Parts: sequence; structure tokens; C-alpha cells
Amino acid sequence: MTKPESEWTWKELPVGNVILEPGNASQYRTGDWKSLKPVLNKELCIHCGLCYIFCPDMAYNLDAEGFFIADLFYCKGCGICAKECPTGAITMVVEEEGK
Amino acid sequence: MGKRVGMEVSIAAAEAVKQANVDVISAYPITPQTHIVEHLSELVANGELDAEFFCVESEHSALSVCVGSEATGARSFTCTSAQGLALMSEITYIASGLRLPIVMIIANRTLSAPLSIWNDHSDAMSIRDCGWIQFFAENGQEVYDHVFISYRLAEDREVLLPVIINMDGFILSHVIEPFEMIDQEKIDQFLPPYQPLYRLHPDRPITMGAFALPSIFAETKKAQEVAIRSSMPKIFEVWKAFGDMTGRYYKPVETYKTEEAETLLVTMGSFGETASVAVDEMRREGRSVGLVKIRLWRPFPFEEFKKATLGAKQLVVIDRAVSVGMGGPVASEVKAALYGYDSRPSIYNFVAGISGRDVAPSDFIKMADKAEIEIEEGNKEGYELYGVRE
Repeated sequence: MTKPESEWTWKELPVGNVILEPGNASQYRTGDWKSLKPVLNKELCIHCGLCYIFCPDMAYNLDAEGFFIADLFYCKGCGICAKECPTGAITMVVEEEGK
Repeated sequence: MGKRVGMEVSIAAAEAVKQANVDVISAYPITPQTHIVEHLSELVANGELDAEFFCVESEHSALSVCVGSEATGARSFTCTSAQGLALMSEITYIASGLRLPIVMIIANRTLSAPLSIWNDHSDAMSIRDCGWIQFFAENGQEVYDHVFISYRLAEDREVLLPVIINMDGFILSHVIEPFEMIDQEKIDQFLPPYQPLYRLHPDRPITMGAFALPSIFAETKKAQEVAIRSSMPKIFEVWKAFGDMTGRYYKPVETYKTEEAETLLVTMGSFGETASVAVDEMRREGRSVGLVKIRLWRPFPFEEFKKATLGAKQLVVIDRAVSVGMGGPVASEVKAALYGYDSRPSIYNFVAGISGRDVAPSDFIKMADKAEIEIEEGNKEGYELYGVRE
């Protein structure tokens, strides 16, 4: 596994800074960019999956109950899911400090 | 030994690229580099060279193609001049940051404005800090030889850096010189096929050119700086191997009649041969004058330069470009190299021959005269644009 880049020394970098491990962008936390996070009202959700389709960061995943839930490790808080949700089931709320 | 022939330097450079058996050539024609590209185009078209020749729409694309082809493991070549290099400059930094061993010849030409097609080093100085190993050739044979030297050096696993061979436009590129061509079997021995460390291949996916956050960027630059600084012993090693093959041994700093010389002229590029004629003449008159020629511009050969100059009373550094608002770029490097020494020589700086204006042996003598007088009178850090009409 790749260690966090803040721990790499210059001697450990591969020549030309090539990335030898394909797909390791999945380890990159983009979730700490956001100030708003999406909150789903499951009673209004019709399971249409538009949030999943429109999410530019592929942060949405289908859970065991059939709901699409945003993974806050990746969600940048852009609000596209809330905008596109046809039933208004997704609300953007201010992330609480420290969480 | 190889065949001795008379040939235009640009054609000989193209012949060297052919002999280096490149896989990809990507270039856009610009004066005075044009003859190199035209000849390579012919060699590919008539089947003498089995390579892909990309006719691109700009120099930015020319080097971008080389970045892509080199990333797949193809030996790649490009060449340009002046505005073409300026347009290419963005990609020069990318090629070195990605550690791709591209070789480029620059037929040095003045950057506009005013528009000028003639020679000086302003184009090369505009990308001075781009992270490539940079040579300045004094004559055509050096250009021809350094194509092989550059590929062998660039592709060495301990180096993996792109290399620029600077040659003065017109003054070298368009003149016919005697060449000692090297037999192909010898070249093939000296320059084995390129074995890339990493390359783009569908069977083993890797990423080249990813972005870096501030948390890792400084580490990447340190790695790159260490790489170019530690390429120095390899440069010596490759020059030695080349010398053993041809009898032509190259050094980062050449000295000419410097024994116990009080005054040393310092030049880079084709100035060297003219200045040596001036030195001969001054030595005949009994003057204590010698010549130091810088061949390796990056990494800058601090140690060798110090060795060559520290005994002298004064240096007359003759630049062929001006850093507007600052002076000659070679002079500022020279001052940096010697700053730590109390016994350092005085340094007088001329900028001469910009935009291809002729600089004859008599001009070098005039510059030496002027510098010696000025320094004698206490002007120890003089700088002037030589020969400008007041």
C-alpha cells in the first residue's frame, strides 16, 4: 500500500515521480475540501440513482437497503446531488466543526 | 578511424541523429535550425532512417510529441531555435521533471523583439533553469559527437535526464566544416538500444505526470536537483568512453594557453575558436593572456571552472546574451562560482555579438585591452555592451 505522501522522503520517490501502483487515487481524501455535506431524507428517496449518476467524484454507493449514500471520504460538498434530486430528498447542511 | 569529409554542420548533425538510430523525430522548421529537420525528413522519406517523422503544427507540439514517444520508450529527437524554443519552453520543464531522456539541438538564435534571425544565446538563456543537461558546442565536430554522447548520457539509468546541445545559428549551422564521421559499428557499440526504466505500456499500467501537492512537491524538486548534480561523474565517464573510441576527449571547461596567464578570456560556444586566434596574437606580443571555454552549462562545472581560473588576476567574460537589467548570464554564473574565494580574480563582463554581429579576433583583443585598463584603474566589476554606437 502507498503511504501518505506527506511521509515520503525525496530518496523514496520513483524516478520521474511515476506512480507505479495503478488506481491509488482512491486513497486520496477529497472529503476534507467541503464545508457542506449532503444529508438524505430516506422517506423522500425514490431510489432513482440520479445522485449516483451526477456525482462528479463517484462518491455515491448503493447500500444494503437500496439507498445511494455519499461517502464523505470523497464527497467535496459540491451540492450537485441535492440540485438534481427530483424529490428534494437531499439537503446540504453545514458540516459540524471537528467532524 | 572514420571517414573525413566536408559537410554542412546541420547536415552532419542530422547524419548523427540517423546514426544514433532514433525512433521518433518531431520538429517544426525554424531558421536557422531548418536544414537539420529537412535533412532528417529526407532520410526518413527515402528509407535511410527507420523512424517516425512527425510533422507537427508548432514547437509546443514538437516537444510534446517527444515527451509522449519517449514515455513509451522510443528514442526521440527534436531541434529548434529562438521563438520556437520560447513556444516549447513550457514542455522543456515537463520533459526534465518526468526524467525523459530526449535529446534536442538548439541552433541558437536571437529572441524577438526586434525580430532577428541571427545568432546569440538569448534563446538558450530563456530556458536556462529548465533542468536539462546543457552543452554549448564550439564547432561542428562537437555537435556531431555530442549527439552520441548525449543519448548515451541521457539514457543512462543513473542519469535519465534530457539533454540540449547548443550550437550557434548560422556561425555553425550553415557553414561547411571538416568532419571525422564515426563508423556505424562503433556507434552501435557506444550507444546500445534504449532500455527505459519505466515506460507506458498497457500490460503494466503506470501514471506519468500526476500532480503533486505542496506536501510532496519540494521532495520531487530535491530529487531532480540531486539527479542533475550527480550526473557530473557520468558526464566525465561518457566523455572518457567517447575519447577512448575516437581520440577526441572532451572536458566541461577547456583551457587554452592559460599557463600563468594574468588575464583570461572566458567564452561559451563558437566564440572560443575566434578568441583562441586573438590569444595567439596577444601571446606573440608577449602578453600574459589565456582562454577558458565553458562547454558544460548545466550542471554548471563549479570545480573545474575554479581550477581553470583561480590563479588569474582578471577574467574577461564575454557573453552572447544579455539578461536585461542584470548583465551577462555567464558572467553572473562565473561570479557565483568564485564568490567564496578571497583570492578570486576581478571580473569584467562584455556582452558581444548579439543578433549575430561579427566578433573578430581584433574585437577580443580590444575587449582584453579595455578590461585590463579599467581594472587597473579600479573598475573591478565593469559591464558593457561591446561595440554599441554611442
